[in-house]
Amino acid sequence: MNIAAKALENFEKITAKKMPAIEPVSKGHRACQGCGEVLAMRLAAKAVGESLIAVSATGCMEIISSPYPQTAWECPWIHVAFENAAAVASGVEAGRKALIRKGRIKDDGAKVVAFAGDGGTADIGLQALSGALERGHDFTYICLDNEAYMNTGIQRSSSTPYGAMTTTSPPGKKSKGQVTWKKNMPMIAAAHNVPYVATASPAWHLDLMNKVKKAVTVPGPAYVHIFAPCPTGWRCAPEAALQTARQVVECRMFPLYEVIDGRFVLTKDIKKPILVEEYFKAQRRFRHLGPEDIAYIQKRVDADWERLLALVKATNPDAAEEAKEG
Amino acid sequence: MSKAVLTGTHFMNGDEACCEGALAAGCRFFAGYPITPATEVAECMSRRLPQVGGVFIQMEDEIASMAAILGGSWGGVKSMTSTSGPGFSLMMENIGLGVCTETPCVVCNVQRAGPSTGLPTLVGQGDMMQARWGSHGVYEIIAVAPSSPQEMFDFTIKAFNLSERFRVPVMIMADEVVGHMNERVVIPSPEAIHLVERAKPSVPPEQYLPYQAGPEGVPFMANYGDGYHMHVTGLTHDERGYPVMEVWAQEQMTQRIVGKIKNNLEHILDYDLVCMDDAEVAVVAYGISARSARGAVLAAREQGIKVGLVKLNVAWPFPEDFIRDLSGRVKAMIMPEINLGQMVLELERLSQGRCPVSLVSHPGGGIITPGRILAAVRESLKEAA
Repeated sequence: MNIAAKALENFEKITAKKMPAIEPVSKGHRACQGCGEVLAMRLAAKAVGESLIAVSATGCMEIISSPYPQTAWECPWIHVAFENAAAVASGVEAGRKALIRKGRIKDDGAKVVAFAGDGGTADIGLQALSGALERGHDFTYICLDNEAYMNTGIQRSSSTPYGAMTTTSPPGKKSKGQVTWKKNMPMIAAAHNVPYVATASPAWHLDLMNKVKKAVTVPGPAYVHIFAPCPTGWRCAPEAALQTARQVVECRMFPLYEVIDGRFVLTKDIKKPILVEEYFKAQRRFRHLGPEDIAYIQKRVDADWERLLALVKATNPDAAEEAKEG
Repeated sequence: MSKAVLTGTHFMNGDEACCEGALAAGCRFFAGYPITPATEVAECMSRRLPQVGGVFIQMEDEIASMAAILGGSWGGVKSMTSTSGPGFSLMMENIGLGVCTETPCVVCNVQRAGPSTGLPTLVGQGDMMQARWGSHGVYEIIAVAPSSPQEMFDFTIKAFNLSERFRVPVMIMADEVVGHMNERVVIPSPEAIHLVERAKPSVPPEQYLPYQAGPEGVPFMANYGDGYHMHVTGLTHDERGYPVMEVWAQEQMTQRIVGKIKNNLEHILDYDLVCMDDAEVAVVAYGISARSARGAVLAAREQGIKVGLVKLNVAWPFPEDFIRDLSGRVKAMIMPEINLGQMVLELERLSQGRCPVSLVSHPGGGIITPGRILAAVRESLKEAA
């Protein structure tokens, strides 16, 4: 299977000089100060451009961008329920395909993109997402991961990192906050053998935009998992939002990579990682953690990184050969 | 002092009072999912349950939450979930499973305005018919309707008692205003709280029929691990619990699960009468609207208007005989509710034209003011004269 690789052969990159002027998510929304999620969504929408049809699950981004008079969307947009963004996107795509096939509408190259938070993706929306990826709809699913249910007031999700404080994982005598390890959504998406999966962080905005552009360029389903800092929910300063988005990558907790036709590609190799402790510093959600907890997290983060490197190696046998020969 | 029962006088909101009521009733398992305006019940449970040796699990959605409490109940623990409109809709299939398998459990619905996502932060009473009829098939259900944080505490205990006694999911049909309102809540001492526990089998395992009618038509319930052979299914089943795809089994099962409610109304129905002795007009109300109605009735009495309040503490089953009889004694009945007409249909059905029935409605997003109810009372008396 070379679907994605073939579609991306002549991929024209977005660069600072060739930055699209279009803003499908326009200014004037009601996001919190320093919101990394709306920044990520804006960049993603910009990368798709005027062909965007947006499907939005319930969540922060829906509630900050849709109510009048702060309606920020300048493209066809539908708000669905919490669990069904991928299913509604499936319907939009299939319905348009049927009309195109019958000659009722012309194929204008519109791109169906579903947006959802981590709760709407990893918890309640996982079933719908899995179904849509498996059926092979030509759409892109973007998970904006702020690592908890922020819209309802900071409750844990399966994407909340280990140890983090939320209102339903309160630290205390009997608990140290979130007790489970963050669900690995990009790997779950990749396990569906879809043409394109990527992770991105708004701290590398061009990388983020190009990944989204690639996702909508490849035929079939694509999944992009974007790290989305939430100063309100993480208890950090608004101006620290982008710093966290950079540090989470630099400490290897959130590696940036692509999975193109099943081939893992590291897009940001971190040769000299910072400690997770350094990343935790600016965020009060981790403040209660002791040295033992942090050591445990560091150990697992290191192990996960090694596993990812092994996957890169295993899925790029030619590159390994070349390196040996070189 | 018991950690589970915080005896004393508190100032808390309805959602927190619901959580404390559940703990006082012996609930030790909560499975839930964040949703406005019910999130505080889950948040409170996540803090409080570990303190009393219970378990809080945040599930991946409301389907799983409802399913988990059925499992928890069969594990032998009093179990509960809480939600609001969209989540309540997702729970419906598993509520039916709870009815069919006769699983004691409690579902708190802090109602908001719908349909769909609606007004998440604002009040509604639009899920009342869904509470009664939302799951498919033939069944009866019990729903309580608290109108204050104190009643959130009291009625949550009541909900657990009813669900343990009649082995049916019991709904707490609260609403956003009751859930978010902060008021005085008096929590009594543990000894003063009457608790009902599910009746357990005393026969040896080989004689046990898990779905044979016991006292009040309710079978004795063994928990998993008690040593009894348990076969629990959502398929139509016989007294042994085995699926039987026959009409006689469907007849036997449904008649019993409906009958255990219908034949025990005197133990289930609960309504308060305010100024009803000489009332010419009856305002029938539940939840937050009952508080507005109370204000309207008291104000009307000061003006010499003979009006009374029937406050429904239990909304389902509906007090059919009482309302039928009442409709022959009053000049009019009025139902204020934050929807465009749901429980009022019951008044219309039962009055059968014996007296006019009117609705004071609100589409959701705000409460019905006492003034509007008072105006409706005046109007109904004018029409009757």
